[in-house]
Amino acid sequence: MIVVDSLSIQLGEFTLSDISFRIERGEYGVLMGKTGCGKTTILEAICGLRPLVRGRIGLMGRDVTRVKTAERGVGYVPQDGALFSTMSVRDNLAFALRIRKWTAAQIDARVAELAELLGIGPLLSRTPFGLSGGESQRVALGRALAYRPGVLCLDEPLSALDEETREEMYELIASIREHTGVTALHITHNTSEAERLADRVLVLDEGRLVVRDDGACEQSVDETSREEAELGSQEVGL
Amino acid sequence: MTSRTAKGTPSGSGQAVDTHRAGSDAPFIVTLCFLGGVYVLILVGMLVAEASFTSPLHLIEALGSPEIQYSIKLSLFSCTITAILSLYVAVPIGYLMSRFEFRGKSIVDAILDIPIVLPPLVIGLCLLILFQTPIGRFIESYVDITYAIPSVILAQFMVACAFAVRTMRVTFDQINPRQEQVALTLGCTRSQAFWSVVFPQTRRGLLTAGTLAWARALGEFGPILIFSGTTRMRTEVLPSTVFLEMSVGNIEAAVAVSLIMVIAAVAVLIVARVFGMGISYEGLRRP
Repeated sequence: MIVVDSLSIQLGEFTLSDISFRIERGEYGVLMGKTGCGKTTILEAICGLRPLVRGRIGLMGRDVTRVKTAERGVGYVPQDGALFSTMSVRDNLAFALRIRKWTAAQIDARVAELAELLGIGPLLSRTPFGLSGGESQRVALGRALAYRPGVLCLDEPLSALDEETREEMYELIASIREHTGVTALHITHNTSEAERLADRVLVLDEGRLVVRDDGACEQSVDETSREEAELGSQEVGL
Repeated sequence: MTSRTAKGTPSGSGQAVDTHRAGSDAPFIVTLCFLGGVYVLILVGMLVAEASFTSPLHLIEALGSPEIQYSIKLSLFSCTITAILSLYVAVPIGYLMSRFEFRGKSIVDAILDIPIVLPPLVIGLCLLILFQTPIGRFIESYVDITYAIPSVILAQFMVACAFAVRTMRVTFDQINPRQEQVALTLGCTRSQAFWSVVFPQTRRGLLTAGTLAWARALGEFGPILIFSGTTRMRTEVLPSTVFLEMSVGNIEAAVAVSLIMVIAAVAVLIVARVFGMGISYEGLRRP
């Protein structure tokens, strides 16, 4: 579950204020909005990569507002994948597991499991150099999911992919949801992508957030998310 | 709908043939080549003139002199120590300046450029005065620095390190910070993210910064003249040898020694080009 309550972020001249929303456990939330409207900033704040001016963030029932990035339990997939270029695909997938001091056997088993889930078995010994856009995003997804985080944050992961690869990725994301039950927040500005993936659509427009459940009725934050955030506050102890 | 009759403008149908003629690019290219070519020709001419002034006999004679042998050894030793020290300082400063925003950053940035813009003699004088202060004297009461070998290394280091810092900062600027951010979300501390994700990508930058610092140290003369002196068999490095030989009118020896420096500088350039830019990790591991 992701609960964002009255979030305010200052980034140079740019300000986002009073952003609240909630994504239930196991739900797939899609955050939409024009380029430069602050979608990525919100995602980075959830990951712990942006300092907050005000507000609170709850992840999987835990208040993480003051928790270090490394301890938030968020799998992060940036737009360009940002694969570790000096490591093989296998080492990219094993990275979080080595940090957590898993044994070699555990790491091998988990990497094999991820490789099968993501269909990247033949790529394991390659370096990120020369991987296609779709392959890179599969590896980035695998790296983010390796340590079984409760929350997955994806920043326009499909924006640079062609139509055919994008279709494959939709199916892959559906398969990941089925296997992991992960709660996700996915940024895009593509309406059809949102329709294909989202349980809940959040639209950021001129600093104001509008929530659309199942792409249907529109409700403003002022009307509903306050209520949801309050509920979230009770659950995560905000 | 508008209808214009001038050449290259649309007619009534909007489908007129564009009769515009672009001028020749030749004058522009010729001017660029001329201005650049003059500089390159002077550079090559300098080196050819120097090489033709001396002979292998002069070189062998120069290399046989114990003073020049000492000078070569001290230069190689001090430049290598300077390059290593410069990297130890340039990596943390370059990383801090590239990744962190803090109050007074622009002032620190300007201070880091001081050795690049300050006349070398002034740097030597500043160092000499620094070691006349109580703190400097306290250090000198334990280790001989002024007019001794440590002063040669310190004088070279103060200038060469500034170039290594600039190079490492550019290196870190060119590394995508997203990778570090992802590493943090995967459970890394900043230190783990640096050593496991960022540092392995600096290989080429390190090599360039190290060779640049080494080459810069090799040619350093001004601060050494003031801070270390040019005592034969003590603080004499290759530029000091050129100066000393010229001052006694032994131009053949001076040219021979300077040719040794030219060869060393060219070797460093080749190392930097071949290993620093040509071969990358990705290239080696490409399937």
